[in-house]
Amino acid sequence: MSRIVFLEERCKGCRLCVEACPAHILRPSGRFNRQGYEMMEMSDGKCTGCASCAAMCPDVAIRVFRQGAA
Amino acid sequence: MQSERRNAALRPQKGERLVFDASPVLNERPLHYCPGCHHGIAHRLVAEVLHELQVADKAILVASVGCSTFTYDYFNVDSVESPHGRACAVATGVRRARPEAVVFTYQGDGDMTAIGAAESLHAANRGEKITAVLINNTVYGMTGGQMSPTTLLGQKTTTTQAGRTMGNDGGPIHFAEILAQLGGVAYSCRCALDSVKHVREAKKALRRAFDVQIAGLGFGFIELLAGCPTNWHLDPIAANKRISEAMIPVFPLGVFKDAGQEGGGARHA
Repeated sequence: MSRIVFLEERCKGCRLCVEACPAHILRPSGRFNRQGYEMMEMSDGKCTGCASCAAMCPDVAIRVFRQGAA
Repeated sequence: MQSERRNAALRPQKGERLVFDASPVLNERPLHYCPGCHHGIAHRLVAEVLHELQVADKAILVASVGCSTFTYDYFNVDSVESPHGRACAVATGVRRARPEAVVFTYQGDGDMTAIGAAESLHAANRGEKITAVLINNTVYGMTGGQMSPTTLLGQKTTTTQAGRTMGNDGGPIHFAEILAQLGGVAYSCRCALDSVKHVREAKKALRRAFDVQIAGLGFGFIELLAGCPTNWHLDPIAANKRISEAMIPVFPLGVFKDAGQEGGGARHA
């Protein structure tokens, strides 16, 4: 399965990634980073590695890994 | 232990490949912008375009005044900070002194269309071979949300508390259309940063704005419609919606001039 990794100290909790995800698998985590912002997390569900979340992230806080050959 | 796990998670596992990573032109410092501010997206697009065109080592950024003042903190390129509004005038000097450099300005709407309108228009009219990136969020962001020339009619700001009116304040200025009328401009377009589709279109347009400079065709201009959740008093998601529902009908997206293309008339995205 493809996956994303949040760089949690960069996240500002704006939730634009949550809105952008076509698979609706991102959600607020309930945990807060050193800046005091609520970080997002990936819930259960199938990530397709489309990188829509990363394209919308204003803080470049998301890395996307896609499963499968190039 | 936790950081080891974290570092392992940041490496591709077996059968995976990294499809989205930060551009090496952007450094690792966390951005100081407010949550949901589109400056970050614009920074990323500019950095990616410079990297893809392989011009980062000879690029010179001319930073402006406003929220974008600290732009030079985030790009791994040489930069100059200009006086308020004068980024295009400074860029003119930089480009003429260093003809081999790729020079670009990064300005907000208060900087470029208000105090710097004369410098921007005349640099464009002279056909200076620079690229200007205008972030249009319809307010003065850093100084506390005052009216800018691009503020929409009816929009409440700290200096138009009953909403902007045509009689008192005039209408929003359409900078991309104005610049498209000038002979020195090689490329003028307007894009938005409110959705994945628009962000991807904006990257292509940004690349074209740099292409015309590198090809020596003239002034490259791109206006990006961006959100300012703080001064619009909206959450980031509602601010994105405002761009598509209120701003794009007033500021149509599209390419208004492209010297490399036949005709060069308005073509809507």
